[in-house]
Amino acid sequence: MDVSAINPVLLLASLMVAATAVLIAAVGELIVEKAGVLNLGVEGMMITGAICGFAAAVTTGSPTIGFIAAAAGGAGLSLLFALLTQFALANQVASGLALTLFGLGLSSLIGQGYVGIKPPPTPELDIPLLSDIPVLGPVLFSHDLVVYFGLALVAVVWAFLKFTRGGLILRAVGENHAAAHALGYKVVRIRVLAILFGGACAGLGGAYVSLVRVPQWTEGMTGGAGWIALALVVFASWKPWRVLLGAYLFGGVTVLQLNLQAAGIAVPAEYLSMSPYLITILVLVIMSADRSAAPASLGRSFHASQ
Amino acid sequence: MTGPLLSIRGLTKAYPGVVANDDVSFDIQPGEVHALLGENGAGKSTLVKMIYGLVKPDQGEMVLGGSAYAPGQPQEARARGVAMVFQHFSLFDALNVAENVALGMAEPPKTNELAERIRTVSEQYGLPLDPWKLVGDLSAGERQRVEIVRCLLQDPKLLIMDEPTSVLTPQEVEILFATLRKLKDEGTSILYISHKLEEIRSLCDEATILRLGRKVGTCTPREVTAAQMAEMMVGSELHRPERTPAAPGAVRLALNDLSVASPGQFGTSLKNITLEVRAGEVLGLAGVAGNGQDELLAALSGELTCKAGMVVLDGREIGTAGPGQRRSLGLLTAPEERLGHAAAPDMSLTENALLTGAEREGLMANGFLKWSKARDFAARIIERFDVRTPGTETAARALSGGNLQKFVIGREVMQRPEVLVVNQPTWGVDAAAAATIRQALLDLAAGGTAVVVISQDLDELMEVSDNFGALNEGRLSEILPATGLTMEQIGLMMGGAHGMEVAHV
Repeated sequence: MDVSAINPVLLLASLMVAATAVLIAAVGELIVEKAGVLNLGVEGMMITGAICGFAAAVTTGSPTIGFIAAAAGGAGLSLLFALLTQFALANQVASGLALTLFGLGLSSLIGQGYVGIKPPPTPELDIPLLSDIPVLGPVLFSHDLVVYFGLALVAVVWAFLKFTRGGLILRAVGENHAAAHALGYKVVRIRVLAILFGGACAGLGGAYVSLVRVPQWTEGMTGGAGWIALALVVFASWKPWRVLLGAYLFGGVTVLQLNLQAAGIAVPAEYLSMSPYLITILVLVIMSADRSAAPASLGRSFHASQ
Repeated sequence: MTGPLLSIRGLTKAYPGVVANDDVSFDIQPGEVHALLGENGAGKSTLVKMIYGLVKPDQGEMVLGGSAYAPGQPQEARARGVAMVFQHFSLFDALNVAENVALGMAEPPKTNELAERIRTVSEQYGLPLDPWKLVGDLSAGERQRVEIVRCLLQDPKLLIMDEPTSVLTPQEVEILFATLRKLKDEGTSILYISHKLEEIRSLCDEATILRLGRKVGTCTPREVTAAQMAEMMVGSELHRPERTPAAPGAVRLALNDLSVASPGQFGTSLKNITLEVRAGEVLGLAGVAGNGQDELLAALSGELTCKAGMVVLDGREIGTAGPGQRRSLGLLTAPEERLGHAAAPDMSLTENALLTGAEREGLMANGFLKWSKARDFAARIIERFDVRTPGTETAARALSGGNLQKFVIGREVMQRPEVLVVNQPTWGVDAAAAATIRQALLDLAAGGTAVVVISQDLDELMEVSDNFGALNEGRLSEILPATGLTMEQIGLMMGGAHGMEVAHV
């Protein structure tokens, strides 16, 4: 075993890449849950986004169009969830699980002709000067745009929830939909918009896996990232910066354990593979021991007659 | 301005199967406190929801300040100067006071500015509030202040209050009334919904009375008695509970030095409670909310267990027995919280009847449920206690508070308990239904059951009790015969004589 073969700079740099897909999907789901909707279909929306983005990027040769298509695909699938839960008042847990199964099936159907193809590369943003700084440069300033988009998204979502009227209304709807309705807010409309946003984010996260992280298409390639995103939201106590922390922790341990496996550490590979899931959940459980703040109307159907 | 502030003409609203309001007309003058009176289900809530723009009337029109008024949604109503304080508060626990207020405003100012205004207005009207506190941490009275301040910040011409005092302590009611009188002096009209008749007599200038969706009369509350108003509301002479005095029988329930720690972080532990209830006796237990009432009920129902000898039923030590065992022995209880404790909100009335009636009513055989028998049991409760519901398969959540209360009390009464313990049996229940429930309790006692009534309503306790005691910080006062007790004595019992002991030592 040769742990010294692990380059800490490369490790940190790849941490940000490894975390981005989960991060974007989790931030989207955070908005959905803050509006009081529990969409367990993140995995399905991610994988649908992954193939939509992959197909669009391969067809047009433009990764940008790929990411846009991924967001549209994820949002499209979430629209189905919105129709079921907000208008047909179907159970959110069952609908979300069904959405995941449906997304997995749909993606392998669409993806039949795309196995074994390489997508157009997503350009890395080499910021002049900044990326030349030793250590910090490669770690922080030589990634593709989506990594920075993910960070910006966390900041924007945090500011939206904390400082804007729209954010306040969104939280109010998730907290007590009957009271929000009594004050004259459009509960269903706000929730549908939140669901669409969550779907688009999940789609983007999925495309990041298929276009950047593992640039190829295989069935079921998101490999449970959607579930981790869901868990992150809960264990991060619905706080955007904690979601970021959780995602980086998850990404970090994932990269580290891969490196350790490569270095031939004397621990069975199975234990190493499960370590990112265990450590992330453990840390976030400890952190969420303070007053946990689940939106009070989370997962409950709303109909104006009640 | 001359003429009425709000004039309502022929408002009608029908829901499938029920006409909530049928051709209702009345006027509210500027600076008037107008009472809207009626039993549960008389259509008061629907009427004010139409005024506030939450429900669209099928027919009829409204005129506000001289021009036509047909709000499509609450924002429009608020823009026209109509504000409403809801019965079940429309507040958000996880948000702070300022955020809650901002949500009720069309164009809220910046948070700091708003906080300052909340502080000013709340102090001006004698309702101090900290704008940065989380609403979830506030008491019921403070939560109501948040709603009222939210309305006041918009300078309403008409303030609608839906049963504002049902969650308040007497002191809080006084503060609220002082605020309302001040508002009235400033020219604000108030539409006040309640079925507490004495309150209406002390506060309101005019009253409109609704029964089954129709307006059945008007009166000037100061000039009529509470009984007259109650009769207009119910449509028949109000039945006063009557009791046939019976010689007390053997001791049915005894508590011996009962001490239990409260399971909740903010609960009150019970300390050395000793009492006896005899067959045919009604024991009334008073106390301000949160002095151990919930814990005492739990200790009696078996939700909290204690040492065997602390609770004795008909000579049997049952302190360690759980709820099911105690129920089959005949110790039945009806807790205060209707939804979620006494009844499972999303289950039907039949299922709820089964939940506590299975053992004593024989609704179960070898682990299988007897549905037809259970339905029959539920139907009998509905019939005897006049529970207004479409049928036995309606979810408990869909019933109004008063109707559900009749159901959960009726369910225990119908099981012929040996000992019945009820907590706040008529909370939020209208006068006629309250009379039915009290009569049922007295009838039970006359049949030899020992009844314990825990209540915060002193009038109720004086009406039904043979003996009277009070809980204070988990301790029980001396138990005295109810007849001949003065209010001063009761106050001392509730205040806790042990507090004075400490002072002596």
